[in-house]
Order: sequence, then C-alpha cells, then structure tokens
Amino acid sequence: MRRTFARGGVHPPQRKELTSGVAISSPAPPAIVTIPLHQSIGAPARAIVKAREEVACGQLIAEPGGFISAPVHASVSGKVKRIAAFPTSIGPSVECIQIESDGQDTWVPDVNLGASECTAALAKSPEDLLATLAGAGLVGLGGAAFPTAVKLRPPPGGKVDTLLLNGAECEPYLTADHRLMIEEAPGIIAGLRVLMRVLGIERAVIGIEDNKPDAVETMRAAVDEIGGVSVEVCCTAYPQGAEKQLIQAILGREVPSGKLPLQVGVVVQNVATAFAAFEAVVRHKPLIERVVTVSGGAVAEPKNLRVRIGTSLEDLVAHCGGVRGELGKLIMGGPMMGKALKSFDIPVVKATSGVLLMDEVEAAQVDEQACLRCGRCVQVCPQGLMPCDLAAMANHGRLEGFGDGADCVECGCCQFICPAGRRLVHSIRFGKSDYRRLKAAEKRQGA
Amino acid sequence: MTETPRELTVTSSPHLAGEDSVPRIMHGVWLALLPAAFAAVFVFGYQALVVLLLATLGCVIAEGLMLTLRGFSWKAVGRSLTDGSAIVTGVLLALNLPASSPWWLVLVGALVAMSLGKHLFGGLGNNPFNPALVARVFLLISFPTHMVASAYTPPVAGFGESSEKAAARYEEQVDARSYATPLTALQEAIEKSDPEEARAAIAELRRNYPMWHLFVGNIGGSLGEVSALALLLGALLLFWRRSITWHIPIPLLLAVLLTTGLPWLLAPDSFANPLFHLLSGGLLLGAFFMATDMVTSPVSPRGMVVFGVGIGVITAVIRLWGGYPEGISFAILMMNGAVPLLDKYFKPAKFGAAGRRT
Ligand code: SF4
Ligand code: SF4
Repeated sequence: MRRTFARGGVHPPQRKELTSGVAISSPAPPAIVTIPLHQSIGAPARAIVKAREEVACGQLIAEPGGFISAPVHASVSGKVKRIAAFPTSIGPSVECIQIESDGQDTWVPDVNLGASECTAALAKSPEDLLATLAGAGLVGLGGAAFPTAVKLRPPPGGKVDTLLLNGAECEPYLTADHRLMIEEAPGIIAGLRVLMRVLGIERAVIGIEDNKPDAVETMRAAVDEIGGVSVEVCCTAYPQGAEKQLIQAILGREVPSGKLPLQVGVVVQNVATAFAAFEAVVRHKPLIERVVTVSGGAVAEPKNLRVRIGTSLEDLVAHCGGVRGELGKLIMGGPMMGKALKSFDIPVVKATSGVLLMDEVEAAQVDEQACLRCGRCVQVCPQGLMPCDLAAMANHGRLEGFGDGADCVECGCCQFICPAGRRLVHSIRFGKSDYRRLKAAEKRQGA
Repeated sequence: MTETPRELTVTSSPHLAGEDSVPRIMHGVWLALLPAAFAAVFVFGYQALVVLLLATLGCVIAEGLMLTLRGFSWKAVGRSLTDGSAIVTGVLLALNLPASSPWWLVLVGALVAMSLGKHLFGGLGNNPFNPALVARVFLLISFPTHMVASAYTPPVAGFGESSEKAAARYEEQVDARSYATPLTALQEAIEKSDPEEARAAIAELRRNYPMWHLFVGNIGGSLGEVSALALLLGALLLFWRRSITWHIPIPLLLAVLLTTGLPWLLAPDSFANPLFHLLSGGLLLGAFFMATDMVTSPVSPRGMVVFGVGIGVITAVIRLWGGYPEGISFAILMMNGAVPLLDKYFKPAKFGAAGRRT
C-alpha cells in the first residue's frame, strides 16, 4: 500500500538521477581537517587535546559539554595544528580543532574496520550499548543532528513501542541514504537491531519513498528473517521524511502539536544513523566519517562520497572534478531546508547530508512581489498553518496571534509554491524567535 | 584546487522555487476567458469585439496611470503592466457589459475598476473587492438604462441550426417579449401579481429559452453570459493549470442548485428549473472566473467552501426574491467583504491539533 501524510506537501523536481546510480566512493583522507566542537543540537563539546598533540584516528578529542551534547573524535591521525574559531555552517566563528594529517591513517587500537558479525555485540546489555553509542559521538545523521543517545533514553513514563527508521530521503538531489541502503543494507539492519535492543522493543518499521524501488528491494531482502521488522513504501512527496509526517504516513499516528514522537510511542532514527550505530557497536568505530551527496548543475562529477568529518568543502568538490559553469549557490544540506554558504572554506560536519552546487538556473528565485492571497501556501503547508498570515504578522511585528508559528517545521513548502516569491520561511523564522522573546519578556513582567 | 568564484549568493531556505508565478497565472486566466470572448463576438458581432478591446486597453492604460500617479518607478510600472492582471480585469469587465455599451461607458468602467476597485486599496493583492465587479456595479447604479436594457443583436445561426431557422426563432422571440435577457424575462414573470399569468409567463420562458440554447450560447445578455459551453471550456483550462481549485466554484454552484431547486420541486409551475438558473446569466462566469479571484477570496480551503456556499445562496435569493434579475455580482461583492472574517474563523486544522493514537 502506498502511504503518505495527510495534509499539504509539494513535488519539487527530484534531480536524484544525478547521483542515485553512482556508488559511494571513499577518497583518501584530506591533508587537514577542521572539526567543529559544536556539531549537534545542544551544548558544544569541550576540547581535551592541546595544540601540537599527536592524535590517532578515532581518538576522543572533545568531551560532551552538557546533558544534550555529543563527544567529538579525531577523523585523521596526525598533529593538532590549532584550536581556534573558524567559519562553519552553524556560524561565522565556531570553535574548531584543526588536525594536520600524517598521511598514515593510524587508528586507535580496538577499532576493527572489517568486522560485520554482530551476534556477540547484540548480546550486550542495553545499557552497555547505549554507553557505546553515546561514547561514539552519534548524532542524528538526517540533518537534525540531535544526539542519538539522548533520543534513545526516553524520559521515565514515556512508553515506546515502535522504532521508525527513516529512509524516505525526501529532499531533492540527495541520494546518500539511498546508496547506503543499497550498499550497506546488512549493516543498517544490524544497527537497527542495536537500536531496538537499546529501546527494549520488538517492532521496527523502515519507511522508504517509492522513488527508490531498488533500496526497498535490498532492504526487504535484508530484513527477511527478522521478526517484527518490516519495510513500508510511501509516496514520493515532500516532506515525507519529516518526523511527524513520516509517523503519520507509516504508522497512522498524529503527534500532538508541540509534542515529541515519544508521545505516540515512537522513536524515529535515520538509516545512516542506524549504520553508524552498527559501526560503533560492532566495529568500535566512532562517528568520524559519513556519506555526503555532492550534486547540482554546477559540479563536474556529481557523486556520493564517504568523507571524514572536518573535510573542507573545497577538498570535497575537488574530488568531484570541481566547479563546472556558473555557480549560482552553494548549499549545505538539501535544497528545501539546507543552508546557503558564502564560501568553500567550510568543513563537513556530522549533519552534512549533502553539498549542492546549484547553477544559476537551478538557483533562480521568483521575483518577490506583494502577496496575492492566493492561498496556495495554506494548501501546501503540511503543518496546517497559514504561512501568508504568519509571515505578514512577523513582518509587521504584530505578534499577538503568532502562536501557531511555533508549529512551523521550516520545510519550505509554502515558499516553494508561492507565485509571488514571498520569502515566507525567512519571515516566519524571525517571527518565531521574536515571539519567543516576547513571551519570555511577558513572563518576566508577570513574575 | 577549486578556486572560489566571486561572493556567493546567500539566501535562506528553501532554495528551489515552483514554476508558477503571478504573470503565468494571470495570463492563463485571460487565455481561459478567450472562448467566452469568442462566443460573445460570434453572437453579438463586431460590437462585442469593440467592447472587449476598449475595456482591456482601458484597464491597461488606467493601471499604468494609477501606478505612475502613485509614484512607482518605470521598472515597477512595466512589471505590473506585463503581469497580466490588468488584462484579466479588462476582459472580465467587458464580459460583464452588454454589447450595446457606448464607448465612454466602457472607459468609465475601466477607470473605476482600476482606481476605486484596485489602486485605492494599494494595488494588486490588497484590494478587498473584485475590481471588475466594482466597476460593473458602479455602472449598474450610475447608468442603469445602459446596463439593464442589454441590447440583443440578432443571433447568427446556432450550432446545428440553419440561418433561416435562426432568423425565424429570433423573430418569434422579439415578438414574444420586449426584454432582453432570460433572467430579466424570469424576473418579470415572477413579479406578475396574478399567479395564473405568472405560470403562463414561466411556461413561455421555457419555450423561448430551450436549455440547449442556454448551453451553447444563443441567448441575450452581457457578453460573458451567452455561452455556458465556452465558459466551461475556460474553467477546464483553469482547473488543468491548477489556477483554481474546486473549493469555491463547486460549492457555489451546488448552493445555487439547491436553493433554486427546493422551491422548484415544491411548485414547478411557478419557479424556473434550477438548470435554467445554472446556465443563464452570469452564474458560470462568476463562479469560475470572479469568485475564484485569488486576491478577493479566502486563503484557507475551509473558508473558500463557506465563501462559495455564501455566494451561491445569496445569488439564488436575489434571483428568486430580490429586486434585480441577476444577483451574482452583488453576492460576490458581499462575500468579498466577509473574507477577513472567513480567514479568521475557518483556519485549516493544525497538524496534531487532535492528536490521536491508533
Ligand atoms: S502563496 Fe504567496 S501569494 Fe499566495 S497567499 Fe501565500 S504568500 Fe500570498
Ligand atoms: S509554514 Fe512552516 S511548516 Fe508550513 S509550509 Fe511553511 S515552512 Fe513548512
């Protein structure tokens, strides 16, 4: 049965064919990596190495800086060059550890890169497994970068019955998860079992969009003998892979406004995160590399690359034959929710699912003009909001009625469809932070 | 090594834009009105063509004038003039006028549409009322004789009808009545105080306006009222291009059918058949092309449905019991005024508003 979410959504041009047939390749580690200490939602990590210190690949170089935080590991072996602020995708100046590679790629002792046997690992206690995942610096690899261990440790009282593995990959252009499902299905399933064991549940569903029939087939074959796990196909529609939408599409449960999936007994994890869990538990390998789709009309050879965290986009693009033609926009992430960057001098982080070099045609925007009140934004908003009105309230600073804006997931459907080219998401984003500030001030005054 | 090209564009997400733009939608709308315009020229002859051209040119020129007066740059004026919205208003205005309209009436209409109807409120996107309808009602009130006595030029042969037959039918019709449009005829019939006479008038009406003629376009009225077929063709085009959705026109038409159908079921002799209501007058033009005007209709789908139903009921009530033969223009304008309320009280259901667990 083809499933989909109940309301709204759009069908942007897919352009996945640029990379969906290109197998993941692993270029040699770069000569230098710049690893941000702030890569996940929550507090930044704290550096525990000093400049000029020798480090091995996979060595812990920064500890979690709070409860919601993830440790960071060296992604090459070599010498710490300096610890300083660099421009990253999160902000123009973020504390990073820069490591100069010695070219040896020496790993920390107990890493076993070839291991694939997971029986022994799966026999460990859930607590041990959770500690391993936390220690390996796992964060959600779908783009949100929420520390995985925190998400797997539900607050007391919350009862989880289903793990939903997100293989929808609904952002146009991106095929990293698609290729991973085709090439590493057994590893993903092993990781899925680790996650299930940590959560202490028997049921998991893998959701995949119907534009990836080959991935559906491989994953179905891989889950064949495992009870309680199934692969469900959903329609190709954006934002099918958004957490709440996917839960609705696959499980028919509606997460209440302002609540977490936990509320309906579900934890959602990305397929790439499951694979990282497998590597952490079975191969003892911390999260120091990930698959990144490098695509777009302005890159010579679009590819899926397995690269070390901290690799500069400059190096990344060089592996893909460099820029071709006129570059319109450089984006980290997908075209609907990704971030436009000013330069190539920015490192790949754990959350980097794609790097897009869009040519001028792809990056063209509709000229902005007055809102026509055509209502299309309302019809496509998957969250059931009135984007035109929210944006107008934000632009005019009339925030009393902005409450619903908190439900906006910034998926971009409204702006994508707007014939007047209104920059709705931008306005709503500002409205959200202004509204929060307003409420906080009101609270202070009330107290 | 990749050399970093010039400073890159940084805008916030999303970085993809859909294909639809205001010009694409607006040009699509007047294109969809062409079949109705052709039908009008076919039935009324060159007079209709003159009205169409005058109204369109008038609106475009008036739009340019208003924008210049409001102090816009040449570039902005040029962009607005080419976005097609003035053309749409022009063609709609023409379709709301009788073919006999004198040239000055058309131009006054164009000026009123663009000034009172549109730019007084801040231009495209800010006008609460449909500009073409504002102009129509303005003319209807100011120059009733020109608007009501819709001149009815002899019909050319209808589909599948020989020219002699058409002429004969025309003779018969002219003999039989002194009024021009089917709805005026209906109005007169309803207003007959003697029930016997009223019944006779309704029966005569049926003879004079066979459904088939209403449908393909062999009837009198303003330019856009003549051919249901041509209007439906245009409406199909709008649906196909996704410029309109079902939310307004379908509930509107159903509401008219129901409201006019009930009394007809109760007393079929004294009331016109609901299909007659559906196919005559400006109903289809209003339902598909004017009530659906993006700017002056609600943004929320639920609000749109209520808006459509409201227009349908008001139209039917005016037609059945009101003082004017046709009510769609007033109905649309009235509901235009209610749009802010509709958008406020018929918001879409928020995701997770009714969280349920299955
Ligand atoms: S889609 Fe754009 S023009 Fe239409 S109502 Fe929304 S903001 Fe206004
Ligand atoms: S308002 Fe927010 S949730 Fe709704 S479509 Fe726009 S970005 Fe998506």
